[in-house]
Amino acid sequence: MAIAEQQAQGTSDRSWHGIVLQTLKRNEISLIPYVPDRVLTPLIKNLHANPFFTTFATAREEEAVGIVSGAWMGGRRGAVLMQTSGFATLANVLASLAVPYQIPLIMFVSERGTLGEFNYGQSLVCRTMRPVLDSLALEHHTITRLDELEFIADRSIKQAVTTQAPVALILNPLLTGGKVFDQ
Amino acid sequence: MNTGNTKVMNRFDITSRLIAKLQHEEAVIGGIGNTNFDLWAAGHRPQNFYMLGSMGLAFPIALGVALAQPDRRVFALEGDGSLLMQLGALSTIAALKPKNLIMIVMDNGIYQITGAQPTPAAGVADIVAIATGSGLANSAWAADEEDFERLVEEAMSASEPSLIAVRIDDKPGVGTTRRDPVQIRERFMHGLGVREPL
Repeated sequence: MAIAEQQAQGTSDRSWHGIVLQTLKRNEISLIPYVPDRVLTPLIKNLHANPFFTTFATAREEEAVGIVSGAWMGGRRGAVLMQTSGFATLANVLASLAVPYQIPLIMFVSERGTLGEFNYGQSLVCRTMRPVLDSLALEHHTITRLDELEFIADRSIKQAVTTQAPVALILNPLLTGGKVFDQ
Repeated sequence: MNTGNTKVMNRFDITSRLIAKLQHEEAVIGGIGNTNFDLWAAGHRPQNFYMLGSMGLAFPIALGVALAQPDRRVFALEGDGSLLMQLGALSTIAALKPKNLIMIVMDNGIYQITGAQPTPAAGVADIVAIATGSGLANSAWAADEEDFERLVEEAMSASEPSLIAVRIDDKPGVGTTRRDPVQIRERFMHGLGVREPL
């Protein structure tokens, strides 16, 4: 079994999703709207099970961005969970809400389209993600290693809040195991 | 459309009537374009938020405010064309049931600001029926101005989210919001008591 798979299936706090959950909690991020993704399933399940978090699905990713933006202005922190293809729907809301209004939008993106992708459309839409982030000069990190996850996530959340700027944390298949053809 | 008995009203007049009823620092989110122009024109309040883009997100933004501050009533003003972009948000709100959220839809059946082109829903879809079907049982057309004010008063003490739809004319907004997004956001946060002015 690959290390990434062991990490993906683990239920301890040292699994990738356990670290993400604890990092969210430590940073008082309690509102978690999401559009689901297979890889994110253990994280979503554990967030739902933890009463600290208000976790719910939205119909579209930009709806979730609107919700956490409103919550931030009302004094409550949130983060949005999505897949690569969902991020591709966000250019307008990033450019007309999160960036110009200086809202610390925290995004976790499960990365599909690379390292064994089987769906051509997913591999194409993945290629649009970093150019969109770069075109708006948005902070983003691609996380590939379990031992770097907590540092990158914790520091990036704190930077987003203190600089009032969005951040995208891209969860690479090297970290999560990704989605493969037989799943 | 089951709107035959509803009077065609005016956005600025309806917005002014709403603002006149607010006495508890209620938050008001103004959707893109004429909707927030008329909110601005009705007189700026510290608890007003004006959208300068992100068409269709007035209800989601208001939902976020409502979840962050459950003891404050939160109003969202949205156009029919904007709402059509984000109908799924109605179900999200229905599922979460924030009782402090009140949605107002200004329905003129056109994209007034881009040249008054009819929306795809004009003449065929009923906003209140869509809202009810999305799970928002407390949704109603305002028959006239007095009925609108009555519905607002009911919504102020409702135990579930409310949606009020208003048929409006084709007039443009009365004012133009000052387009300074950082100032809008910062003043709104002051108005909600989240931050103190420097």
